[in-house]
Amino acid sequence: MSIVPISYYLVLSAILFGLGIIAFVFKRNIITIFMAIELMLNAVNLAFVAFARAHNQLDGLVFVFFVIVVAASEAAVGLAIVITVYQNRQTLNIDRINLLKF
Amino acid sequence: MFILEHLWILIALPLLGAAINGLLGKNFSKTIVNSIGIGSVALAFLSAAEAVREFSQLAADQIPWVKTYFTWITAGQFKVDFSLQIDQLTIIMLGVVTFVSLLVHIYSTGYMAHEEGYYRFFSYLNLFVFFMLTLVLAANVVLMFVGWEGVGLCSYLLIGFWFLKQSAISAGKKAFITTRIGDFGFTIGILLLFWTFKSVDFSTIFKQLANMQPETFVPTGVLTAISLLLFTGAIGKSAQLPLYVWLPDAMEGPTPVSALIHAATMVTAGVYMIARMNPLFSRAPFAMFVVALVGALTAFYAATIGLVQTDIKKVLAYSTVSQLGYMFLGLGVGAYASGVFHLMTHAFFKGLLFLAAGSVIHAMGGDQEMPHMGGLRSKIPITFWTMFIATFAITGIPGFAGFFSKDEILDAARSGPNANVWLWLLGLIAAGLTSFYMFRLIFLTFFGKPRYDEHTVHVHESPRNMTVPLIFLAVLSTVGGWVAAPHLVGGTDYFEKFLHPVFASYAPTGAASAVEAAEPPGMMLLHALIGWPVLIALAGLLVAWWFYIKNPQLPKKLAESLRAPYALVLHKYYVDELYNAAIIRPLLWISTNVLWHGLDETVIDGTVNGVARVARESGSELREIQSGNARSYATWVVIGAVGVTVLMIGLWGMVR
Repeated sequence: MSIVPISYYLVLSAILFGLGIIAFVFKRNIITIFMAIELMLNAVNLAFVAFARAHNQLDGLVFVFFVIVVAASEAAVGLAIVITVYQNRQTLNIDRINLLKF
Repeated sequence: MFILEHLWILIALPLLGAAINGLLGKNFSKTIVNSIGIGSVALAFLSAAEAVREFSQLAADQIPWVKTYFTWITAGQFKVDFSLQIDQLTIIMLGVVTFVSLLVHIYSTGYMAHEEGYYRFFSYLNLFVFFMLTLVLAANVVLMFVGWEGVGLCSYLLIGFWFLKQSAISAGKKAFITTRIGDFGFTIGILLLFWTFKSVDFSTIFKQLANMQPETFVPTGVLTAISLLLFTGAIGKSAQLPLYVWLPDAMEGPTPVSALIHAATMVTAGVYMIARMNPLFSRAPFAMFVVALVGALTAFYAATIGLVQTDIKKVLAYSTVSQLGYMFLGLGVGAYASGVFHLMTHAFFKGLLFLAAGSVIHAMGGDQEMPHMGGLRSKIPITFWTMFIATFAITGIPGFAGFFSKDEILDAARSGPNANVWLWLLGLIAAGLTSFYMFRLIFLTFFGKPRYDEHTVHVHESPRNMTVPLIFLAVLSTVGGWVAAPHLVGGTDYFEKFLHPVFASYAPTGAASAVEAAEPPGMMLLHALIGWPVLIALAGLLVAWWFYIKNPQLPKKLAESLRAPYALVLHKYYVDELYNAAIIRPLLWISTNVLWHGLDETVIDGTVNGVARVARESGSELREIQSGNARSYATWVVIGAVGVTVLMIGLWGMVR
């Protein structure tokens, strides 16, 4: 069985990451933005795993575990914030949550 | 030997008086202020008298008597002690300063009786005595400089005593700043003195000068430079050409101040300093010539201005400048003792003239203009007679103090070791002018018909605390010169003999000693009595009499026919205007346009304000970023991440 070249993984990772950025910048719904962040994190995870496999080292995998843990706690805190924001403002449109400014 | 062991008592007493009156005097009654002010000076006078008595018991090799109390400054080789010394010259100055101060203090209780800030006045006067005694007792140049600056400070404070009067404030500042120009030279002179001799003590310097070895030889050029720099200080302090301009303005101060500071003591500090530094000056012939030249020119120049002044104190002020010129002439031609002798007699008669003028002003209710006076002779007889005696003394009428001292100076200028016939001639003409303006003052003030309004001005003799000092000084103006009298009949000049150790012990070898009488005694007396100075003084008297008693219309006619020269002299040769145009205005222009508007406002303020403006404006631009729009923040995050990535890739490329 032929090995899939690392560049394939990296290109996929870059595409996913780019999509994540675009969603992160252009989407208005907070939950969507949240998902975009998750997408970017996982794109990076993919790159890590690909490198770990290519170099036959465990370092990348360890990083991936860390990222997953951080993403999980981020999701817990982030979703709690989203719920609180919604209870207070009755909206999830990020353009309307603009009170914090000079 | 109590006082000689504790010389500091002499200067501590007036300082204590100044401190008590100055700090606490506001709530004191006049009696307490008087007793503290006069008491401290009287004690200083008694201590000085005791010091003289103890001094007379010292052996010749104990003189100068130096007491070191503590080390004041040490920095490497530079070491200054707080040390005081007494020698014959100091004794003379001590006597003059404490005695005249005492009389002026007593006089002031009458003259200043109705003034605001009475305690302040006495505090300043005591402070002045403190600094003046420091100046004359100091055993090194630096301590002397402390006294020198201190008397300048007191002069400033007392000229501007009436500090609500604009002209008094300006005069005070003028005096302070003008003398500061001279002091600049003095300071450099002190530094050069230390650099040359590695010491600031008088005796150490003089010993080095006297025993100069080939390896420690100091070139005459350096000595001349030091002497000239020190003389610059004397020019400022003693109001010589070209820095004399402050002294006439200093008459804005109360009259006792003019008598004490601006006639009898402080302005003679320059004379004292040069007499003290005589071993140095004697080795710098060119500097000596400059001293004599400046002195003679000032004596003549100031006398001409005195001819036409109408303010009674201004006449006396120019007269002081002129007489100080005489003293420098005496020092410059090598007759140190004569210069100091004239300093002493001048302190008596000029102090008296000022105090008497104060009495006249007091009688006139504050008017100082001589054209408003006249015929005061019978109204204020004590003032008249004492002032008359002082005038005889200053003009050199035989028998009075000025006769002896002025004669000695002119004699030394004509036939002394450094004689110069032109300087003698200048001095002689100045003597004639002195006689003229002094008798003009007497005639205008005391003779003729009253020119004041007798209904509004109530002329009255001054109280006793003002007239008694006048009488004391009048006695001294008469007998003060007689210590030199035996000289005229072939005997000893006691004054010169007394001072001889000061001026002879470190004198350069081979210098001509004091001129010995070549003439038989009788001829000398005859010569002195009908010599040039006396004749020209009498001529001045006669001309003044002709002008102001016989033909009172003549001066006006003469002034009209000689309008241009008259205006020139009346406006003091336009020197103030010249200084104003040549120095003050350019300085003011540069200060305003270059230093103020240019340097200060543009560069310094510009930098400081510029920094603030950059911070403020960049802040107000940058705060636009914080719009509250979360998506724009997201954009910034992305841009930042891209930026960091690009940077890292770039750096990685560079490392490789």
